[in-house]
Amino acid sequence: MQLHKIALAGGLAVAVSIGGAFASSSKPAVSFGTPISEADVAAWDIDIQTPTGKGLPEGSGTAAQGKELYDVQCIACHGEDAGGGAQYGSMVGGVGSFVTEKRKLTPGSMYPYAPILFDYIKRAMPMTAPQSLSNDEVYALTAYIYALNDLIAEDTVLDAASLAAIEMPNKDGFIVDDRPDAAATRCLENCE
Amino acid sequence: MTEKQTTLQPISRGSPEKYTERMALEEGAIKSSSRRSFLSGAATAAAAATVASTTGAIAAPLDVQPSSKSMGRTTVPNGYGLPSKFEADVTRNRSDIFVNKQNFSDWSMTPIQHQQGIITPNGLIFERHHAGIPDIDPDAHELVIHGMVKQAMKYSMSDLMRYPSVSKFHFMECSGNGLTDWLSVKSDTVQQTHGLLSCTQWTGVPVSWLLDEVGLDSGAKWLLFEGADGSAHARSIPLDKAMDDALLVFASGGEMLRPENGYPLRAFMPGWEGNTSVKWLRRIKVSDQPWHLRSETARYTDPMPDGKWRQFSMEMECKSVITNPSGGMQMQGPGMYEIQGFAWSGLGKINSVDITLDGGKTWRTADLEDPVMDRCLTRFRYRWNWDGSPAKIASRAVDSTGYVQPTVAELADKRAIVGFVQHHNGIFPWAVSESGEVTNAIA
Repeated sequence: MQLHKIALAGGLAVAVSIGGAFASSSKPAVSFGTPISEADVAAWDIDIQTPTGKGLPEGSGTAAQGKELYDVQCIACHGEDAGGGAQYGSMVGGVGSFVTEKRKLTPGSMYPYAPILFDYIKRAMPMTAPQSLSNDEVYALTAYIYALNDLIAEDTVLDAASLAAIEMPNKDGFIVDDRPDAAATRCLENCE
Repeated sequence: MTEKQTTLQPISRGSPEKYTERMALEEGAIKSSSRRSFLSGAATAAAAATVASTTGAIAAPLDVQPSSKSMGRTTVPNGYGLPSKFEADVTRNRSDIFVNKQNFSDWSMTPIQHQQGIITPNGLIFERHHAGIPDIDPDAHELVIHGMVKQAMKYSMSDLMRYPSVSKFHFMECSGNGLTDWLSVKSDTVQQTHGLLSCTQWTGVPVSWLLDEVGLDSGAKWLLFEGADGSAHARSIPLDKAMDDALLVFASGGEMLRPENGYPLRAFMPGWEGNTSVKWLRRIKVSDQPWHLRSETARYTDPMPDGKWRQFSMEMECKSVITNPSGGMQMQGPGMYEIQGFAWSGLGKINSVDITLDGGKTWRTADLEDPVMDRCLTRFRYRWNWDGSPAKIASRAVDSTGYVQPTVAELADKRAIVGFVQHHNGIFPWAVSESGEVTNAIA
């Protein structure tokens, strides 16, 4: 914190010379960052731009390979055949449920873009050991879940191209924030 | 708490163990109060009080209290001060209603019925984690800014703390605040209905400074903010927000962030739903489009009646709630009570707060207590002479954009509100019964 105050002192001298109106919210003319190459960010660079699939890595997997992994890595929380387990609900079905009061949110019913599932498994699953799966394993698990949702054939080999090409049922299911939506008035007397 | 909070006391006060302990501690007070009743008759005439109490009570002669006749505890040579042991039941609590089967992806709520003033103590700021709380060594923590930039940069915590810093007072609210109580009574207390809400002074460095430093490529429009926790929680943030007022925060309420609130570094997006203020921030990536991650499609989106979902609804609209009296409290008979509560808006300052005592038929204006700040909790107060008859009380806020806090019915006109639904900023009523019991009256 002392360093911090020293850094400020230089700016203060300038402020006095322009009449005391020190713009403490203005950007200081300093740079304390260390340049790094994109190549050296690679281990952290896990995000997928899901509408295009940009960022999907090399590798591939099938539903059969995915089931084998799922039954070891995922089944304890998500249940058999991704039908819901000890911790979380089903990851299968739900298409058409959003117009009812029992909306069923699954990767199949909810995701507008198929690479969302790859991104999420890669960054956060399994919960006990996130970022521990290989890219092939993530493709395989993605294939397994999407096959259970009847979005790909059992024998589809998912890779960057085939994953990005899956047409999702909810691809047109979103609107951009259009609030304010509620039209309230400030009634004071004889309201309602 | 009973002594301090003279007009209202919660009906239920924590665990039976705590209750027993409390009774033992208060035994002295109970005894002296019985004696007071016994003496009051005889003493009334002799008291000759020139100023009468509203309650008509007359105090008994004082005893010297034990604390005046003994030495206190020693000064701890190196210690972090904690609240009085008599405040042990003022805690963050998980929801009683929507109970997760694990507590890694979970939340806990701020006891706003006990909050005095507008600043939430650091240990009571609400929590929402997606994979538990990491304990990150600040000397090992790094932030990277890369993507569509002229030069990707890495910053250590000591790098970041060398910059001049700014401190801003802002509320933070979870988009899920109130989701259990849209249409029917589920929660008992305002902590349960509105406790995913906190407010403090946040200290850090404007994101815009570092974006200027790395230099944005033309076409840069969106930024990914990503955490270093096990969920690698991430959100797409529009460049305009990042350049306008987004902060890289390392401190709140005068000290470094608590681990559960993002230590050593988090994003802070003033006025926006809490999860956009990504905790344990490790990476900002610049791009020309949003990512549409699970956290912004399958989560943190709002269902519409036609089956579609409203996306990127990140501003927290104007809202208010009465915290005193609120659910679980007990009025102490007719008389004057100060109605207190909070109003806030993610789009500006609070302009006014109205109070109804008759379930929304008539409204009167409450006092706003200074300071009234942009996208900050504002405290309102209204003196109410309760006549002892049943009442239904609620607050309604108007912000500096002119937006009027709507009723649930007005929101339901536009949105689907059955189920697990976020962004509940509807007017929230409490019922006061003839016996003085205060209860949730959302339906």
